[in-house]
Amino acid sequence: MTEATHEEYASHDEHFAHGHHDEHDHHGPAKGFMRWVFTTNHKDIGTLYLVTALIMFMVGGAMALVIRAELFEPGMQYVDPAFFNQMTTLHALIMVFGAVMPAFVGFANWMIPMMIGAPDMALPRMNNWSFWILPFAFTLLASTLFMEGGAPAAGWTLYPPLVLQGGAHLPFAIFSVHLLGMSSIMGAINIIVTVFNMRAPGMTLMKLPLFVWTWVITAFLLIAVMPVFAGAVTMLLTDKFFGTSFFNAAGGGDPVLYQHLFWFFGHPEVYIMILPSFGVISTIIPTFARKPLFGYSSMVYATASIGFLSFIVWAHHQYTVGMPLAGELYFTYATMLIAVPTGVKVFNWVATMWKGAMTFETPMLFAIAFVVLFTMGGFTGLMMSISPADLQYHDTYFIVAHFHYVLVPGAVFALFAGTYYWLPKWTGHMYDEKLGKLHFWLSTVSVNVLFFPQHFLGLAGMPRRIPDYAVQFAEFNAMSSIGAFIFGFSQLIFVWVVIKAIRGGEKATDEVWEGASEHGLEWTLPSPPPYHTWTTAPDIK
Amino acid sequence: MKKLKLLITGLGIATFGEANADYALNLSPGVTQLSRDIYDLHMYILWICVAIGVGVYGMMVYSIMHHRKSKGVVPAHFHENTKLEVVWTIIPFIILLAMAIPATKVMIEAYDTSASDMTVKVTGYQWKWRYTYLDNGIDFFSTLDAKSNEARQLGVRSNPEAVPNYLLEVDKPLVIPAGKKVRFLFTAADVIHSWWVPQFGWKKDAIPGYVTDAWTKVEQPGIYRGQCAELCGRDHGFMPIVVEVKTEADYNKWVEAQKSQAQKAAADAAKTYSMAELMAKGEEVYNANCAGCHMANGEGMQGMFPAIKGSAVATGDLNTHLDVVIKGKGQMMPAFGDSLSPVDIAAVVTYQRNGFGNDKGDLVQPSDVSARN
Repeated sequence: MTEATHEEYASHDEHFAHGHHDEHDHHGPAKGFMRWVFTTNHKDIGTLYLVTALIMFMVGGAMALVIRAELFEPGMQYVDPAFFNQMTTLHALIMVFGAVMPAFVGFANWMIPMMIGAPDMALPRMNNWSFWILPFAFTLLASTLFMEGGAPAAGWTLYPPLVLQGGAHLPFAIFSVHLLGMSSIMGAINIIVTVFNMRAPGMTLMKLPLFVWTWVITAFLLIAVMPVFAGAVTMLLTDKFFGTSFFNAAGGGDPVLYQHLFWFFGHPEVYIMILPSFGVISTIIPTFARKPLFGYSSMVYATASIGFLSFIVWAHHQYTVGMPLAGELYFTYATMLIAVPTGVKVFNWVATMWKGAMTFETPMLFAIAFVVLFTMGGFTGLMMSISPADLQYHDTYFIVAHFHYVLVPGAVFALFAGTYYWLPKWTGHMYDEKLGKLHFWLSTVSVNVLFFPQHFLGLAGMPRRIPDYAVQFAEFNAMSSIGAFIFGFSQLIFVWVVIKAIRGGEKATDEVWEGASEHGLEWTLPSPPPYHTWTTAPDIK
Repeated sequence: MKKLKLLITGLGIATFGEANADYALNLSPGVTQLSRDIYDLHMYILWICVAIGVGVYGMMVYSIMHHRKSKGVVPAHFHENTKLEVVWTIIPFIILLAMAIPATKVMIEAYDTSASDMTVKVTGYQWKWRYTYLDNGIDFFSTLDAKSNEARQLGVRSNPEAVPNYLLEVDKPLVIPAGKKVRFLFTAADVIHSWWVPQFGWKKDAIPGYVTDAWTKVEQPGIYRGQCAELCGRDHGFMPIVVEVKTEADYNKWVEAQKSQAQKAAADAAKTYSMAELMAKGEEVYNANCAGCHMANGEGMQGMFPAIKGSAVATGDLNTHLDVVIKGKGQMMPAFGDSLSPVDIAAVVTYQRNGFGNDKGDLVQPSDVSARN
């Protein structure tokens, strides 16, 4: 407190000395490259996260296109099966840890202080540190591609004993996972501390914007599960190099133990990627329906229930390992239950649209596509929660279709929606609406051409993670690959829209969207917001 | 042009439904009572989901059509309705109960491996299956057939469409009798695999150090195909499963034939072979087991799989060479001591030492292999 006051006085003195009278823009960012290296400003760090995530999205996407090119027709055309496995593994690791998670952390950094009336994140120096770990972690992970024996090729789940057959990459990949976990935990701590300690007076918990709520719950999930994952991969490391046998049955260990540990982390992890999306969508739909969100409190309780349930259903990823019948049934029932709070959320979004006065700007289009397509992923999720049916679905393209529906038109579309929604606020310029709509329509059509046929492939009997397939799967794979290439190249439009808005364009108003200031504090700030905001706490109605 | 045709038929199928017998849009009902029960369960959940989807999407479409600003709608201001929210929490719960009950029944059925007529132990290897009949001692390996194996090599331009059952054919299928309850025990020798024949309705993981079980009872004779379903390394995609279900009489004949074959193999292992015999057999064994990595021309793959042609192992000490083949080496070279017979190993080592221009002149007999195995 005293330090902040002192700094403010100091900056005032400086301004007086230079004869400045600008009330908003006390001390701006430092100039040059070092600004980004040393920054502790939540907006700068948010930008760093978002730019990193976008680059990683392109890298992970390029790997997906290698996969889809190889699968375009039967027979091996372009890559060796070993390299194919490395691509599937890295594609997943990079998309999960490099694209989706950092992008949401970027949103959190930018928006949470502005939404709750706080001047910055609570722990700004840790914030800088948690970001700058990421590029190094990715360099480590990517460097494995050039090592003898190549990158990890055991899938993103890194199941032993297969992963232990790997060569030089293993310690690098594991150390990279440790770093990513550290970064996530620090980010999560920062968010929790910020939300609990730095809210403007009068901003009670039940007045928090839903995006903030979903991120708080996500942050708790992160803190709870990241150490478990770190522990599990450390056990892999000691099994490989120090002669332990945690996962080696011949030495008294248990390969299935790893799966339990992994999915105890991995199942909440999928909610870590989707809960903030729920927050983004719950923010956008009310704005463009010009109505308050329907059922705010049931949304909060539903999110918390999903967070809780995510911890007790992990073994539904393991219906085929041969659990005892009682375990199998328990995980079936518990998993099915998740459909209830998720259903409540979907019904609430629909009820928010009902009798609204909707307009369909790009963020709203992406939000509507999110609700429709995420719900489809939810339906297939419900289908596979039923363990006897999952004996057929497990490890097939049906699963691939399911989780891509949840993660691409789910999480990724929420990221697009949020970016279009807040971009005018961030940059002070409206994005190009025509290009935005073009991006939306190309993405939405192609994402369905890409993933919908994969349901048929899975049901017809095509296993996942295979580089080549029997000829009866040829047509749907060709379709899927065509969809993939259209989807992939459509994203260049997105990159261009973002760059264009940063460089200039029509000035955005403070409110940006009609009536938006009723839906969040951030819309009462100028566009773009000054480098330091809320040096005095806002009044909360 | 072929690709264009593929695209058009693909899109056509998506638009107009099932137009060609080759395509499958749904699970197969399968060939066992269990697989049909699972299929029924699948369809039951699917239709419930479709019904809910029609309701939810219908509401959305209605709102999007009629509650839009451009139609001059004034937005309503309601933002909660406790009664409604409670109702749409309770109704899904009841729907879930209606799903859980039949699911439990089927699961109990799937777990009931008791009162089986015979047991087959299935062991997963990288990348082949071993079938051991616990009741009569028949024991053999089953690998991808030579034609598929040739067509799936990188850079080979032979058309996979011309290979019958491309990637779904094996050299030696599992044979079981129709109308009998067969219990399977699953385990693995190296990494985790998963045994899946879609027509039977289930898959089960084969885990090293673990024994898991499952069962099937197929009513009609026939040939049923599947694949390994758990990522198990480089050749995970090339590990098919073929089950031949025979009538009981045919099955018994097959068992007798296997027994006499085993006797012949034991006699073969004691025989002495000529160079020509070993080279001919060796080429066959090499193409089935080694060519996948070391290539049919023995030149290997730069940086990944060493060449056989002129290699230090194939032109060096014979015993070292035998050990590499029998016991494996490093992370990538599997041990063949279990999966190939002494005759096969003797033949393939002879072939490697004399083929590809290696010309060592060594003649390896099955007894040499047995001595080191």
